[in-house]
Amino acid sequence: MKGKKSEAFWAGRVIEGILLLDALLAIVVIFLIGLLILIEAWPAFRKIGFVPFLLGKEWRPGKELYGLLPMIVGSILVTLGAVTLGVPIGVALATFLAEVAPPWVQKVVRPAIELLAGIPSVVYGLFGLAVLVPLVRQIPVPGNSGFGLLSASVVLAVMILPTVANISEDAIRSVAREYREGSLALGATHWQTIIGVVLPAARSGIVAAVILGIGRALGETMAMIMVIGNSVIIPKPLNSNPLTIFLSQARTLTGNIAVEISYATGLHENALFATGVVLFILIMLVNSMAHLAMRRRS
Amino acid sequence: MNDPLFVGQGFPSTRGQYRWERLKQRLAFTLLWASGAIAILALLAVVITVVLRGIGIIDLEFLFTSPRGGISGEGGIFSTIVTTLYLVILTLGIATPLGVGAAIYFVEYASDSHGKKVSAYMVQVARFGVETLAGVPSIIFGLFGYILFVSTLHFGFSLLSAGLAGACLILPVSIRTAEEALKTVPRSYREASLALGATKWQTIWKVVLPAAGPGIATGIILNVGRVISETAVFYVTLGGSYKLPSSLLSGGRTMALHLYYLAMETKAFDKAMGTGVVLIITIVVINLIVRYLSAKLAARG
Repeated sequence: MKGKKSEAFWAGRVIEGILLLDALLAIVVIFLIGLLILIEAWPAFRKIGFVPFLLGKEWRPGKELYGLLPMIVGSILVTLGAVTLGVPIGVALATFLAEVAPPWVQKVVRPAIELLAGIPSVVYGLFGLAVLVPLVRQIPVPGNSGFGLLSASVVLAVMILPTVANISEDAIRSVAREYREGSLALGATHWQTIIGVVLPAARSGIVAAVILGIGRALGETMAMIMVIGNSVIIPKPLNSNPLTIFLSQARTLTGNIAVEISYATGLHENALFATGVVLFILIMLVNSMAHLAMRRRS
Repeated sequence: MNDPLFVGQGFPSTRGQYRWERLKQRLAFTLLWASGAIAILALLAVVITVVLRGIGIIDLEFLFTSPRGGISGEGGIFSTIVTTLYLVILTLGIATPLGVGAAIYFVEYASDSHGKKVSAYMVQVARFGVETLAGVPSIIFGLFGYILFVSTLHFGFSLLSAGLAGACLILPVSIRTAEEALKTVPRSYREASLALGATKWQTIWKVVLPAAGPGIATGIILNVGRVISETAVFYVTLGGSYKLPSSLLSGGRTMALHLYYLAMETKAFDKAMGTGVVLIITIVVINLIVRYLSAKLAARG
């Protein structure tokens, strides 16, 4: 194969070069996103201090007070609420679909759930705003506006349901056939097999599903702004019943960024980017937990 | 009859216990059916409420006149449909060539056995970045788009800023889905083409890409759905003007964003529901296309 390299060879080289540039550009963009947010957040951490920023109870941009605790508590509480409501139903739905439901039910329900996962979050937010908030407002507790953690938790629970159900179902289906057969052969009923063998075997996958649901809940922005009230307060029970804490308004980390970014300047803007960094770290922690759970499975 | 081994494990060993276990199973399955029904009802409640309250709003006038503002959210949604379309074209026009090109490089060139350690390293770095960003909430991309495009580069709240920010949002997923589609093409396809004397690029262009086509197309269409659904990123980069954008540098609002403004600022719930119905129908159509493509892919084996 001596002699002149053919035209096709050089064309291939040029294309390879273009693709390489393309790949490099994609990598640069991906890392620029993280880098730029860190750079913008840095002054806030430096001027406010990491601990006062995270644990400060007051967020008043007008007075240069930037404490993120109300939003951290808000995000955690609403996620907790959503998980409490959404996870049992989601896992039960997954078990139902994988083990109990007749084929025609599966054929109808599974695509429906996949579809519902793709519906814009503002539609869920609109449902919350138009239906749930007026409903919650009926609860006779002084100071209850309908907007707050309860409405937000319910909306979020419905939103994470498809995620939790889909991934759990995959986990349940991937349990080896021999496990089931072994259990049934020993004389166990189908339900004993599900609860004693299949679900424990699918445990790590279900845990991963739950954690991914938590990630989705923490990251949700628009639906939260629409129903949670957005007051910068650390939620407290409205009367002597501790459960009324869920009737309190709150603000999430995501909402804090979205509501204020368009008019923020200077340190205020930096503080919002720092909010983004805190959110980023929280999500990274949650996602790496999910990866860990998945890895243990394989 | 009480064999401790079996009783200890909860397996029935007497007739009475067996009946009891059957009863427990019936109870448990009833509960599972009930929770399945609750879950589906909860999800359907959202869709049905929006559709029932919104479907009456939709007519040709709603679809083909632009919003006129005002407290009751007068007018239709025409400009928001057009803006959504512009943004879909813009984001996908930027992210798809970048994502698919990068994926081709990663799969076809970088992991090739040229013994180039650098490129293998690059793939790892890229994969780490892609994995990380794929799970990051969209508002973070909004922050990035706001500081870089809106503020630093002075594009302002505009189609251009929103399109670039949206492209960043879908880039990680674009790369990943394209990579996966390319990886499903059997090695033997490539080897056969190369053995026939085709060059590497000819092989990629004429053999690998057509074979990976449905997979790549699925990824692209999923991204269309993602851009249509996305609100947070555009909330902080697109401005929110309800007028028809006249250039890349004018602001606008997508359908999803319009729904948000209608519900939150004008309290025009019925119009918001109408917009919601249009959104839901769009997503259903996209879903059907994806299912069709996946079925085609599965049929090919």
